[in-house]
Amino acid sequence: MPKFRKETQVTSVTDTSSSLLGKAANATPAPIASRIRGISDRSMAWLFITPAIVLLLAINIFPLIWAIYLSFTNFRANRPNAPIEGVGLSNYSRVLNDPNIWQAMQTTAHFVFWTILLQTLIGFSLAYLIDRKFRGHAFWTTVILVPMMLSPAVVGNFWRFLYQPQIGLFNYIVSFITGVPPSSFEMLGSVQLSPWAIIIVDTWMWTPYVMLICLAGLRSIPDYIYEAAEVDRASLWRQFWSITLPMALPFIMLAVLFRGIENFKMFDMVTLLTGGGPGSTTEVASITLKREAFESWRTGRASAFAIILFVAVFGLANIYVKALNKVKQR
Amino acid sequence: MKTMKQALLGATSALVLFTAAPNLAKADELTLCWAAWDPANALVELSKDFTGQSGTTMKFEFVPWPNFADRILNELNSGGKLCDLLIGDSQWLGGSAENGYYVKLNDFFDKEGIKMSDFADAAVNAYATWPKGTPNYWALPAMGDANAWFYRKDWFAKPEIQAEFKQKYGRDLAAPATWDELKQVAEFFNGREIDGKKVYGAAIFTERASEGITMGATGALYPYGFKYENTPGKYDMEGAVNSPDAVAGLEAYKALYKCCTPPGYTDAYMGESLDAFKSGQVAMAMNWFAFFPGLYKDEKVGGDKIGFFVNPKEKVAASTLGGQGISVVANTDNMEGALAYIKWFAQPDVQKKWWSLGGYAVHKAVLTDPSFPESQPFAADFLVAMNQVQDFWQEPSYAILLQAMQKRLHDYVVADKGTAKEALDGLVADWTEVFKDDGKL
Repeated sequence: MPKFRKETQVTSVTDTSSSLLGKAANATPAPIASRIRGISDRSMAWLFITPAIVLLLAINIFPLIWAIYLSFTNFRANRPNAPIEGVGLSNYSRVLNDPNIWQAMQTTAHFVFWTILLQTLIGFSLAYLIDRKFRGHAFWTTVILVPMMLSPAVVGNFWRFLYQPQIGLFNYIVSFITGVPPSSFEMLGSVQLSPWAIIIVDTWMWTPYVMLICLAGLRSIPDYIYEAAEVDRASLWRQFWSITLPMALPFIMLAVLFRGIENFKMFDMVTLLTGGGPGSTTEVASITLKREAFESWRTGRASAFAIILFVAVFGLANIYVKALNKVKQR
Repeated sequence: MKTMKQALLGATSALVLFTAAPNLAKADELTLCWAAWDPANALVELSKDFTGQSGTTMKFEFVPWPNFADRILNELNSGGKLCDLLIGDSQWLGGSAENGYYVKLNDFFDKEGIKMSDFADAAVNAYATWPKGTPNYWALPAMGDANAWFYRKDWFAKPEIQAEFKQKYGRDLAAPATWDELKQVAEFFNGREIDGKKVYGAAIFTERASEGITMGATGALYPYGFKYENTPGKYDMEGAVNSPDAVAGLEAYKALYKCCTPPGYTDAYMGESLDAFKSGQVAMAMNWFAFFPGLYKDEKVGGDKIGFFVNPKEKVAASTLGGQGISVVANTDNMEGALAYIKWFAQPDVQKKWWSLGGYAVHKAVLTDPSFPESQPFAADFLVAMNQVQDFWQEPSYAILLQAMQKRLHDYVVADKGTAKEALDGLVADWTEVFKDDGKL
């Protein structure tokens, strides 16, 4: 009798074998299969994606909504017993009128602009060279990629030693090349040099990442296009401007987007290198935000600042993605 | 099925026991939180006596200084149960009292006969009371401390150096008594070659992130006449914080930083000061008394090679206050045990042992003992310093007030932005905004 029942069930499931649900039921022991049969495709889809949605809501969407709410209040996390009062747009107004925050935004813009420019130029140049497939290029590719595999904490501490004016290797190399005494300049302690010190480290660490994306772009260009250009007697320079650069441009733009977003919220490496100093010379926006939120404990104002940063990055990234799509369509 | 039920019951029981275990253990266990530094090790040693007498196991959570405030204030703000007892910074008193993080100890002191008059007045005021000047006690003074100086006594004693100094300045080379003398001595040593090595004048605090430059610069500001308010408790800062005396004090600190600190000394606090001194880089260094026992014992630079002096005066004698009181965290699951520890710690004999192990007791039974000034080479200086200490704001908003001062001072001293007057004017504006937000102005 049990055997007969099983066969009947299998027959009925076979009827729906064209659907995913049917296939799932086919491969499932009989009692569970009968339960699955009662669920529609849509329900099954919801069943699978619900955990991911719940997780997303809990760790991304809820904090975002909560931060938006807090940004309109006087809440301070270090005064949990104090009543939370609405302050309207006051936090936003104070953030946007705070010269310290504008200074931090300028520092961030300087850092983002120069790191992206240098990383794109050097990264693309390296990718172009590596793409030539010279002897040992695989080895050199691996060597070039090493910095981006390191932890930012390691890189920060490592470069702090390199920049040490009395024993640091960086100062000795500069001294060797220029003849300037190594202790006569401080990369991390000088107002003029410290913004460049953090740009150098970020460029050293992340240029390989840009190179990798550019390399993927260069390798995606079919050889026959170059062959056709050679038949047309196009010079190497002409090939570069008319074929290589336009076809690799979407990849370069993608690398710029990734690095731009990352560097806009740069925190760890700069904190370890300079802590935002000397004074506030290298205090990028995320360090100001952290100080506002977790040292001054002005949670409401910090939330307003975070929302402004979020909108700025999100807005700029959207505009950029639209431009990227246009380039891809060409 | 029966086997299944038994297995389920067993697993559930094991889970319950496992999760309940920490709470069961909690009844005869206490966790004390403090900063990770030399005196903390002495406290571990001292607390063995408490464990021996009470049977309570002591656990310790020591956080490195740069993260101490962040870590512990986060713990308190989030209602965590990590600490039963906390030796917290004096500046935290206002916030911790008003937010209900600490247990008010008045009734307990009365019941157990613990008298605050048995402790040094300055320490009680700084480490135990909130609001200031009122007999409301939130901590027992645990660790007296102040910012002071130490120097290379062996270098100072070299005849050729002494002769050269006397010829240049017309006086004997000795531990500086004023800020002017301090700068002279620092300049004298700066760049000099001693024992075949280039040395520098002084290691001072310039750290930006937590409290370093504020604690260092107030060592100059207070002696020059800086005040937080014209009238205590009125928050009238204009003319006090940015007075001509305060401007002169800040300029003196910057001058010392510019002339005489080692290269790359732009973000230095306790650790860097100790490193610079122990590596034979500097002639003088500022740091907290808490480190002095360890420095004196140091094989390379301690003993006869090291001397100590109180923070130099200028218009007035003043030292920056360090140190902490021990509080019972209101959230503790072991209130009885925590109070028992406080009662034990307040005993004169325990306080005497605390001093002998390297902790800075502020019980009068220790401080007024005739042998105290001779008990350590820095003990007499400690007594002097504790009678002239001044502390930073202890307001609930102290963190914002401190961050504002850190920024203004570092911008001026290290990053060369603006003048001392502009820095202090800016500080008045920042602090005024904070007190307005708090409804105190």
